[in-house]
Amino acid sequence: MKAVKLRVLSNTQVSERYWHMVVDASNLRETVKPGQFFHIRCTDEYYPFLRRPFSIYRINKQSQTLEFLYLVKGLGTRRLTQVAPGEQVDVFGPLGKGFTVHESWNPILLLARGVGIATLAALAQEAAEKGIRCVAILSARSQNDLLATETLQGFGADVYKVTDEEGTSDVDHVRSLIEQIMLENEIKAAYVCGSKRLSLLLQEIARERQIPAEIALEEHMGCAMGVCFACVCDLQEEDGVKTVRVCREGPVFPLEKVVIS
Amino acid sequence: MIAQKNMEVMIGSLRLKNPIMPASGAFGEDMEEIIDFNRLGAVVPKSITKYPRRGNATPRVCETAAGMINSIGIQSKGIDYYLSKTLPYYTKYETPLISSISADSIDEFAEMSEIIAGHEVVKALELNISCPNLKGNGLAYGMDPQITYDLIRQVRTVTDKPIIAKLTPNVTRIQDIAVAAEEAGADGLTVANTILAMAIDVHTRKPKIGNVMGGISGPAIKPIIVRMIYQVYQATKLPIIGCGGVMNGEDAIEMMLAGATAVQVGTASFIQPTAMFDILEEIEQYMDHYQIEAITEIIGQVITGK
Ligand SMILES: Cc1cc2nc3c(=O)[nH]c(=O)nc-3n(C[C@H](O)[C@H](O)[C@H](O)COP(=O)(O)OP(=O)(O)OC[C@H]3O[C@@H](n4cnc5c(N)ncnc54)[C@H](O)[C@@H]3O)c2cc1C
Ligand SMILES: Cc1cc2nc3c(=O)[nH]c(=O)nc-3n(C[C@H](O)[C@H](O)[C@H](O)COP(=O)(O)O)c2cc1C
Ligand code: FES
Repeated sequence: MKAVKLRVLSNTQVSERYWHMVVDASNLRETVKPGQFFHIRCTDEYYPFLRRPFSIYRINKQSQTLEFLYLVKGLGTRRLTQVAPGEQVDVFGPLGKGFTVHESWNPILLLARGVGIATLAALAQEAAEKGIRCVAILSARSQNDLLATETLQGFGADVYKVTDEEGTSDVDHVRSLIEQIMLENEIKAAYVCGSKRLSLLLQEIARERQIPAEIALEEHMGCAMGVCFACVCDLQEEDGVKTVRVCREGPVFPLEKVVIS
Repeated sequence: MIAQKNMEVMIGSLRLKNPIMPASGAFGEDMEEIIDFNRLGAVVPKSITKYPRRGNATPRVCETAAGMINSIGIQSKGIDYYLSKTLPYYTKYETPLISSISADSIDEFAEMSEIIAGHEVVKALELNISCPNLKGNGLAYGMDPQITYDLIRQVRTVTDKPIIAKLTPNVTRIQDIAVAAEEAGADGLTVANTILAMAIDVHTRKPKIGNVMGGISGPAIKPIIVRMIYQVYQATKLPIIGCGGVMNGEDAIEMMLAGATAVQVGTASFIQPTAMFDILEEIEQYMDHYQIEAITEIIGQVITGK
């Protein structure tokens, strides 16, 4: 992990609330893994001055570029939209522990809500490279908010979409969708990001079916270096509940252990 | 060409090769991948408590204009872990280790100080009598001169190593607390911890911090801290470690002109992990520009008269 300046190649709006940024990563020496993230300075000013965490959306080894997909939420992400191609962004990373993917875990299920897909898309890409098939359920407020469908399909994933707008995104509906998918595919592992309700649901299903599952967590961060203890979450370990740091021990954790509150 | 400058400063009997060190809570072993600890004036790990503590509810940090509010609540692995893992880890560095201690009572401060100071690797103690999160509604030991006096007096009886009291800015007259600490036998003062603060999300109407209130740090508080350093410098003879909102070399120099002997850097390291080295370089440039041979020449040299 290191703070480096990377040149922005493009930074464009992809839907009403979402933006996509591509940076030149040719001077980044470390390898980047799906599930890892970068702590990015959205502006040089003193407000907002804290960095913001964003997962790796796509890793392009050949063109040596990295892509981020982000939701415009508050001041920081609004400033990030103002970064023009040719300018530099100050990024700190790659940080954290990524997803576990075993070649024998084939096929896998991805369950993402909203911008949670940004994190899981990188996993879909790695799975495709390893010859692992993905089935993905994408959940969003509206059709307009559904992201990365084509990207995932480009990796050969089967994509199911559910939205609040169409009344298909409630937990019961998603549960029956997962059960149907599991009837048709012998899902070996599952991954979730972006929603507490869906994480609880998948935790239940993974426990019932005894399949490994992982979750990528989000917590407000200070340092992202593991020193401030801002970003903690609770894990249920054999000897009791343990409080760990999302930026260091995570952001990806075994789903069965995470205490989702 | 910048010639080698004398950056050495003294905090009591403790000699620092330069005046820049991390602030407790904004530094830890995990930073070893990013910075060389041997280049720092001192290292100050996170405050340690006697028993393991889980800390406060999340979100534990939020951002405000030019500042951040935190209420970590001193998440800690307890003194046993500190003695068996943290202290041995720092033996590989030549930079002096200052242990920051947080405790629930005066007796516990003394008990922990005695144990921790008993270890060779520990070169000084910083007593965190100022954490705004622990006691209900942000009360801290360092808000009362008599408690400050009694606390430091008792710790003084158990160790000869330098004792640095980290003061709280959440008082009407910080000089009174500083004088109490000096009379009780402290060797130095850190001015200061975070300022009690609160932020509310106007959409959800909820506080932005899980613990409702927290301490604000960062550039927003620097002018208040500079004022307090100036006041404490007038009131005591103790060396002062300035702390609060230092982002660059000029900020550090400003604190030294107000009366600080050394300077701690907290939040700036979150924004730029190598901030402390940038600050050191900028101090050297300043010394070069004004032909200052020893950094001690500028301590307290603000010109306030006509
Ligand atoms: C490991 C990790 C990976 C992430 N990956 C992505 C991603 O790929 N794309 C994306 O759009 N978002 C991602 N997020 C969430 C993203 O960091 C926040 O949406 C963003 O920080 C909001 O900043 P803001 O200034 O626009 O919003 P504000 O609400 O103004 O932010 C104020 C503060 O709250 C923090 N904050 C707000 N929401 C979140 C959140 N959900 N998670 C963590 N901190 C938050 C901010 O960092 C900032 O310190 C990720 C979060 C984490 C922890
Ligand atoms: C996330 C965080 C955690 C902190 N934890 C501690 C602590 O454990 N002990 C302590 O004495 N001060 C703690 N502080 C206060 C800092 O040491 C310092 O006094 C404060 O941040 C002001 O300096 P700055 O503006 O340079 O950050 C903490 C500050 C932050 C931001
Ligand atoms: S953000 Fe500081 S420990 Fe994770």
